[in-house]
Amino acid sequence: MSDKIDGLSATDIAQAVSSRKLTALDAVEASLSRIASRDKILNSFTDVTAERARAKARAVDADIAAGKPVGPLAGVPFAVKNLFDVQDLSTRAGSKINRDLPPSTRDATLIERMEAAGAVLVGALNMGEYAYDFTGENVHDGPSRNPHDPTRMTGGSSGGSGSAVGGALVPIALGSDTNGSIRVPSSFCGIFGLKPTYGRLSRARSYPFVASLDHLGPFARSVKDLALAYDVMQGPDADDAACSTRPVEPTLSSLGEGIGNLRVAIAGGYFQKNVFPEATEAVARVAKALSATQTVELPEAARARAAAYIITTTEGASLHLDRLRKRPNDFDPAVRDRFIAGAMVPAPYVDKAQKFRRWYRAKVVELFKSVDVILAPATPCTAPKLGQVNFVLDGVELPVRANIGVHTQPISFIGLPVVAVPVPLEPMPIGVQIIAAPWREDIALRVAHALEQMGVAAAPTPRGL
Amino acid sequence: MADQLDDYINAVAAAMALPVEDAWRPAVRANLDVSLRLAKLVDDFPLPDETEAASIYSA
Repeated sequence: MSDKIDGLSATDIAQAVSSRKLTALDAVEASLSRIASRDKILNSFTDVTAERARAKARAVDADIAAGKPVGPLAGVPFAVKNLFDVQDLSTRAGSKINRDLPPSTRDATLIERMEAAGAVLVGALNMGEYAYDFTGENVHDGPSRNPHDPTRMTGGSSGGSGSAVGGALVPIALGSDTNGSIRVPSSFCGIFGLKPTYGRLSRARSYPFVASLDHLGPFARSVKDLALAYDVMQGPDADDAACSTRPVEPTLSSLGEGIGNLRVAIAGGYFQKNVFPEATEAVARVAKALSATQTVELPEAARARAAAYIITTTEGASLHLDRLRKRPNDFDPAVRDRFIAGAMVPAPYVDKAQKFRRWYRAKVVELFKSVDVILAPATPCTAPKLGQVNFVLDGVELPVRANIGVHTQPISFIGLPVVAVPVPLEPMPIGVQIIAAPWREDIALRVAHALEQMGVAAAPTPRGL
Repeated sequence: MADQLDDYINAVAAAMALPVEDAWRPAVRANLDVSLRLAKLVDDFPLPDETEAASIYSA
């Protein structure tokens, strides 16, 4: 397909719109046209806000015509996981139950910040029910589909975000990551994803899952676009109790500084077990490009994953307790049964998990005195087939759902910033986590950009759409 | 042990007024079994008595 945004990144679109080579309306119409044709296959959108988008695009064009300043994302179409509040839409969060909520009266903070920078919201995206999902499947809306092979999973729970950016329907999408829900779809759909430090980006007016683990962040097809979106969304927000008061720390200007003297290590032990050869190959390619030979052990990573699991299942159950009592048959049965079990975990185990979390954080932060970046697989495998229940690894049959996030959970558990970079293996891409110390998103993005410049990381063009 | 877990599910479901229909019970039980196994892994790790929880709160 050739249209007015063909081959253009978000950065390119914004420059073309700002310099009047392209109108914001044309950019938005091209995105809407792609959604109309490609989403018949991908099922990534649950709501297309076409009229709102056209009105916003016309306003951007009017500002440019009047000589008013427009932001660095002028005319760039974007979309959000449907757990973000969008004015006049009910925030369904992948559920049937939440469709009964009244329409939102105000956009989520991150949508407001993207639009203040000139970006144009074109819709809301499919996701796993209440974000308790690693597959991108949804019993109410149908599965989002992988842009590189529609018979395969997108990964979840931000499945629509992965599919929409991987399929080039929009250059930027926003999603959430509690245990891996940005990094897993990035890996399966072959795109870049940023899970910032816990507390960095405001979650105000987004539907929660596990408050002590929830993060929001962007997806894009290039690191520059990722940094551009991330930078405009930073800043304190009194509407999110966990949002940091740190000032904006821009990353875009330092992207090109290269690897320099950064010390890069490979996560060993736990992170080298239970992986398919493609995950090992992807980490090896990235490590080679970065001349990384040192291996570091994140202590007690298996216990960290276990503690994240316990906090997730119990906090999630607490959030939905009343809905489990009143409308149990309106949940996805698999999600409901996990929440009910979570409600039954004794409280002392949850307290112990939160105490372990503090211990583990101190140990991992100590590691960052001797290294700047740690590399780990984003997923143990490339995208499984939709509906696939088990896979066989080293002759052992393992459940897919429970094992997709084993390498992401011990990282988000303590809120470390991560850029998931796509390694374009054939036939399917797979991601590698570029993990940095708390509040050092700039380092993770720099390394990701260097890998992109070297051609080791790249978002493959979707085939057959 | 199998019976004990079933008894536990019945007791907690009743105490918390949580519905657990017979058709859901095997999945609830399987999920709880995984959770308790992972909780034990965390519980087995010795921590100093003075360790503070990592929950987010500031006065």
